[in-house]
Amino acid sequence: MATVHPPVSDWQNDFDHTDPVYAADPFPIWDELRAQCPIAHTDRYGGAWLPVTHDTVAAIAHDTDRFTSQSILVTEGRPLAPAPVGIAPPISSDPPFHHGARRVILPAFAPQAIAPLEPFTRAYCHELLDAVEGKDVIDGAADYAQHIPTRVIAKMLGFPPEDADTFRMFVHDGLERVDLPVEERITNFAKLDQYIGVQIDDHVANPRDDLTTYLLEAEMDGHRLERDHVGGTVVLLLLAGIDTTWSAIGASLWHLAQNPADLQRLHDEPEVWPFAIEELLRAYAPVTMARLVKEDMDYEGCPMKANDWVLLPFPAANRDPSEFDRPDEVILDRAVNRHSAFGLGIHRCAGSNLARMELRVALEVFVERVPAFNLADPAAVRWSGGQVRGPRELPLAAHW
Amino acid sequence: MRITVDADKCQGHNRCSQLAPDLFDIDELGYASARHEGRVPAGQEANAELAVANCPEYAISIVEET
Repeated sequence: MATVHPPVSDWQNDFDHTDPVYAADPFPIWDELRAQCPIAHTDRYGGAWLPVTHDTVAAIAHDTDRFTSQSILVTEGRPLAPAPVGIAPPISSDPPFHHGARRVILPAFAPQAIAPLEPFTRAYCHELLDAVEGKDVIDGAADYAQHIPTRVIAKMLGFPPEDADTFRMFVHDGLERVDLPVEERITNFAKLDQYIGVQIDDHVANPRDDLTTYLLEAEMDGHRLERDHVGGTVVLLLLAGIDTTWSAIGASLWHLAQNPADLQRLHDEPEVWPFAIEELLRAYAPVTMARLVKEDMDYEGCPMKANDWVLLPFPAANRDPSEFDRPDEVILDRAVNRHSAFGLGIHRCAGSNLARMELRVALEVFVERVPAFNLADPAAVRWSGGQVRGPRELPLAAHW
Repeated sequence: MRITVDADKCQGHNRCSQLAPDLFDIDELGYASARHEGRVPAGQEANAELAVANCPEYAISIVEET
């Protein structure tokens, strides 16, 4: 049973980012809040704040002194693992521990490490479309987007690709069902922890050339990582890239399905692609992160208490007219685009180069194979709620 | 034209190296530094300006030559 969340009527003083209205269309809510009070509050979740301007989101993301990353998902409870390591390092870690934990994983996600994965990703995207080729209606989320990051990260970690449904269940339970009571979340996490434990044991017994073995052999400050550290980082690497990238791919297809001129431009002007990818990431950034307030303080006139949540809605920052010209328009070749779809500061998404490659390849293959498409039934599109927003059902009328 | 990358601000977004691959080196962790000691070769000025205009951390600057 989920915790009962009454519908929101006052977004400034009683917001709820899991409200279905927010999931379906948060943009007018952010516009309204920006005009009123740029940091909204709610007593829900034990107290939470929601800044909606680019500058405030950026300032808090950079302020690791007063805000901790010990938990980055707003839930009814408070973190299960203590600072500075947290449950899934380095995303849940604070400085100075964070620095070393992040250094461990960065080489595996640098551009030069990601480029070799592109042919595999491209071939897999083609495989997904081969399976539905010729159908009048295909689901851009369920038939396509959801599979791509899942398959690629399973390959990187050396996990069984046939467990993809299990990975998506972990993502759903862990990242989307933030409204569950704490006891139920602990039970769900235990299942994930157990699964990861089995995979790690297998890699200890049979080391191989993949990211899990790399982590088992990696050193930080001259020592191998603690087993819990390896497990937490594997949880992060497995889960963080799945529904996020799936959301970015799906939201981009949703946009192109309704904007044939943009789709045509991608066909006609291949040089627009690199800009278009960033513009789609800006306009439909899927991820909102969170922090916890370390100590009671007045922050820009807000009486923040220790252990209050602070949401960092990067998608709202990306629509702030003080940072972006005509923010609500998708301008495929936007030349000034300092978007924060991958966050800002020391917790910049470590997998951003992987996500960007997957998004680009997924869209390139899709528009190549399905040169024209539109929404088959706009009312059937369903968006996920919470801190990762993207289409989960996206029926597209495909013109092969 | 010269450019600089503020190493304290760069978080490895890699937007600069995508837009101006000839102007930046990316280290093994993904962080950027200006190539050619920051000198922008003739004809690359527009790419340098794009890199500045797309860095989410405001880490890249164009330095006025004296």
